[in-house]
Amino acid sequence: MNRQRLDPLVRAMALTVFVFLYAQTAFAHPQKGEAVGFLTGFRHPISGLDHVLAMVAVGLWGAQLGAPAIWVLPVAFPMVMAFGGMLGLMGVPLPGTEYGIALSAILLGAVVLFEVRPPLGIAAALVGVFAIFHGHAHGTELPPGQSALLYSMGFVIATGCLHALGIGIGTVHRWSWGQKLLRVAGGLVAVGGTFFMWKAFA
Amino acid sequence: MKSTSRFHLPLYAFIVLAFVMCALPVDAHLYSTGMGPFYDGLMHFLISPEDIVPVLALALLAGLRGASYGRRALFTLPVAWLFGGLAGLSAMTTRPHPFIAAAWFLMLGGLLAADAKVSLRVTTALAALLGVYHGYLDGAGMGQFETASVGLLGLVFAIFVLIALAAAFVVRLRADWARIAVRVAGSWIAASGLLMLGWAVRTR
Repeated sequence: MNRQRLDPLVRAMALTVFVFLYAQTAFAHPQKGEAVGFLTGFRHPISGLDHVLAMVAVGLWGAQLGAPAIWVLPVAFPMVMAFGGMLGLMGVPLPGTEYGIALSAILLGAVVLFEVRPPLGIAAALVGVFAIFHGHAHGTELPPGQSALLYSMGFVIATGCLHALGIGIGTVHRWSWGQKLLRVAGGLVAVGGTFFMWKAFA
Repeated sequence: MKSTSRFHLPLYAFIVLAFVMCALPVDAHLYSTGMGPFYDGLMHFLISPEDIVPVLALALLAGLRGASYGRRALFTLPVAWLFGGLAGLSAMTTRPHPFIAAAWFLMLGGLLAADAKVSLRVTTALAALLGVYHGYLDGAGMGQFETASVGLLGLVFAIFVLIALAAAFVVRLRADWARIAVRVAGSWIAASGLLMLGWAVRTR
């Protein structure tokens, strides 16, 4: 009986070991800018805690609200954020970007904390407005000399993964203790946002 | 039935063994061309995100619409790509326009994200346009090599396989969440297109 239980585990461990032992080809000379472009783009949204808090909060809120918000909000955010990024790249000014980002963490954390349930359009609009600030900040901070395509893809995929992380955490909402945990997480996001707002003013 | 297959087993084993034992010429110096022109073309497609992402988006869009759309894209896109590539082989030089690349991402990703009810005719036109445009660019880029036409065949083969796999995978999806996941992928492609558009304006 025990042997039957162990077998899949042993097989999985052996497979893992073999995967790690597998010698990959070393690309000492990647095509100029490309590999760097994807990784730089992927790292960009996850390198700033203020961005991470807001994006995870979008996923948490979506999970709290359930269908269809659970997928509408994470679709709306990257799309509108990319629009904000496009404005930033084009050099269109947007005043108070840092305040907007901090405010997004505060408000998104607060809606998760108080489990606010507005109509879907209002929820999507709220998320979309803040996404413009996040995207604009990313667009203006973009490093020169990178591959536009790979950078953009890495950037969007990382953002989507952060939303997915929030949704994944939000699945605990089905249990009563999970609902409380989510509200605590929302409170922590709001506290983090307050800290970043204080930093923006300081 | 069982005894017949047992009777044929030694014959099959002999044929397999003969193939295995058959000594083929060793191409020790494919170093310069990778794995030969056919595979060079195939690999060119697989490692070119500007080619593979729009093709994937079109395949997913066709798959969401149904099997007949998938079949139409499966044959239209590779054929158009081949014709575009053959035309591009004779072109002296060409430069991909960043605005057009961004527009393909934006349009196909947007249609996919919106689960747009595009007609079969529009899907065919999109596949033909995408194939001719990207095929022309690829052909123009490969035209400097003598074996470019073989490379183009490898490229078209890779496109055919990708569309077949991606469209067939999506056609089979019935669960709502799975179809939504495909649409989310479309939104990511469209979002990448928006960023590429901004980048193109910045570096103009």
